[in-house]
Amino acid sequence: MRFLRQSWSVAAKDLRSEIRTKEALNASLSFSLVILLLFSFAFDPAAEQIRDFSGGLLWMVFAFAAALILNRSFARELENDCLDMLLASPVPPAALFLGKVSANFVLLMAVELIALPVFGIFYNVNWGMQAASLVLVTALGTWALAVIGTMFSALTVNLRLRELMLPVLVYPMMIPALMASIQLTTDLIAGQPLAGDSFLWLRVLVAFNVIFTALSVVFVDTVLLG
Amino acid sequence: MSASIAVEHVWKYFGDFPALKDVSLRIEPGSCVALLGRNGAGKTTLLRILAGLSRPSQGAVRVDGRDSREEATRRRVGVLGHAIGIYDELSAFENLRLFGELYGLDRPKDTALEWLERIGLSAVRDGLAREFSRGMRQRLALARAFLHQPSVVLFDEPFTSLDDRAIAVLQQLLSEARARGATIVMSTHQIREAMELSSDVALISRGKLAHAGPRTAEMLADPGWLYRQYGDGQ
Amino acid sequence: MREKILYALAAIAAALLVYNMNQIFLVLPDEKDQGAIYRIIFIHVPVAFISLLGPFAACVFSLMYLSGKRLQWDRAASSMIEVSWVFATVNLATGMIWARIIWGIWWTWDPRLTSMFTLWLLFGGYLMMRASIQDTNQRARLSAVLNIFAAVNVVIVYKSIEWWRTQHPGPVLTVRDGGGMAPGMEQALWLNFLAFALLAAVIVLVRMRQQSVEQEIEAMRRYAHAL
Repeated sequence: MRFLRQSWSVAAKDLRSEIRTKEALNASLSFSLVILLLFSFAFDPAAEQIRDFSGGLLWMVFAFAAALILNRSFARELENDCLDMLLASPVPPAALFLGKVSANFVLLMAVELIALPVFGIFYNVNWGMQAASLVLVTALGTWALAVIGTMFSALTVNLRLRELMLPVLVYPMMIPALMASIQLTTDLIAGQPLAGDSFLWLRVLVAFNVIFTALSVVFVDTVLLG
Repeated sequence: MSASIAVEHVWKYFGDFPALKDVSLRIEPGSCVALLGRNGAGKTTLLRILAGLSRPSQGAVRVDGRDSREEATRRRVGVLGHAIGIYDELSAFENLRLFGELYGLDRPKDTALEWLERIGLSAVRDGLAREFSRGMRQRLALARAFLHQPSVVLFDEPFTSLDDRAIAVLQQLLSEARARGATIVMSTHQIREAMELSSDVALISRGKLAHAGPRTAEMLADPGWLYRQYGDGQ
Repeated sequence: MREKILYALAAIAAALLVYNMNQIFLVLPDEKDQGAIYRIIFIHVPVAFISLLGPFAACVFSLMYLSGKRLQWDRAASSMIEVSWVFATVNLATGMIWARIIWGIWWTWDPRLTSMFTLWLLFGGYLMMRASIQDTNQRARLSAVLNIFAAVNVVIVYKSIEWWRTQHPGPVLTVRDGGGMAPGMEQALWLNFLAFALLAAVIVLVRMRQQSVEQEIEAMRRYAHAL
């Protein structure tokens, strides 16, 4: 109970300071719009086949835009050595970690839920047929991004090349989760319900989330305390 | 009587380099220890280990008889480092409330408001810490460190660059803490101020504890005496 | 003593490699469908196995490091990753050469190729991160955690890429089925596997010694600064 309250305090703190400055949020949002624009040069935006790779396009946007938010997550704590003060307080590192994951999850979802309809408009894709399932899949994929991204943000926070290292480490780690999210999103946008083969990918995504959330909670202590 | 802080044969390695070599130190409850030593001698390393921010490579640290990473221990310890450790994007009130929540205080909001009153920042409680002057930020940082009435206070260079009003607040808080029976450990270069406040001194030289004992009249009269006697000079 | 073991291992590996090269290039005949190029599998397959085993072996040492914080375990883990990564590079390069000659294309998104490429990227990131950290203990601690994450991920990556690519059929390698091999060829493959395993072990040991010397020098530099 106390664990959850402490997580909540950390999450609320992160969200409050991000909403106040909107630095990462604005950067991430405008970056995702730029990628959506660039895709229109990469292939014929009016083509019918766009549905076949809509999942890939969307998750490319989500994953790249996420880097800007995730980079800030622990870097934010470096100013004035706030990270030390958090670690010296009674908050367990796991609670600190889950608080930060939750804050990042909310911020990433906010960017994605804006980028998704914009994608629909730009590329004339009707994504609303299975909106509930699509949001569920987006949430699962975003949790994976938030967990891996926050963990690696903690891992790289004291490195000189922090901003460079994070994407280099995060994207290869994310491959199974991104594959599953891409497959599921493409199926849902094409109008196929979550059934049959889709369940396999849903299981991959859930398993990925469970495994790496657990591993992160176990190892975040080692990462943050030398 | 059990020690407030017991450091037992602590070694800390950075790679193969020992930053602390077999440091053993007992600090009695209610004492105020000035941790002295040159830059790079290991003062900050030792304080970080006491604060639970770093683990000893060998040896153990007990605070009030418990491990320094235990939640119950950290609840009783107040820490202030070189940097002020407050959030620029949060208001003065939000900063104090946040740490009140993290330390598990019963009424974090009321406590935050009381402290703002004490340090003279009530009028600007909703102002962002970013917009404050340096002195105001320092007072806020002091309130943050003392908010939860710590029974062990760990300070790294508390007097460096504090302004007059913040020094007054700090001295007030330290004497209150001592009246409460709290144990204080502070590392500092400002030997004279440290000597006046402290009841004991500990000198670290090249990672070793060169001397630990009560602060004597000679030290107060001539702050350099200790270095000449036990240390490698400055 | 250690040095002697190292030299002995290196000598055995070298002798075995010379013998194998003679067998592979001069004794064994060309394969009937593929011609001379099939010989690349004698390198391609052993390095693939070693580059896959390396990260898991290293993972054991990373866990040992985290439980005991003894730097020798970190040196073992990181040397294994370095060698696996180089072997993975050799595997990818030989695979591409083979594909160019047999299929006429350098690359195909076959599950095994894709997975190996992912592994190569994962541990390339590991090596980059290690290179960017100065402090020995911090480097050991952070890379141990990264190694554990990456090794767990390798399993998930291999399974999911297999599922992904079977849904999207493409050219799949079946030629490497050991069953269809002539006995002489199979023996050469096993012997070369042994030779490369020995070679990997020798390089790992050399790298561990180098790292240990590097760390000693680093500590001396710290002493010098402290004086």
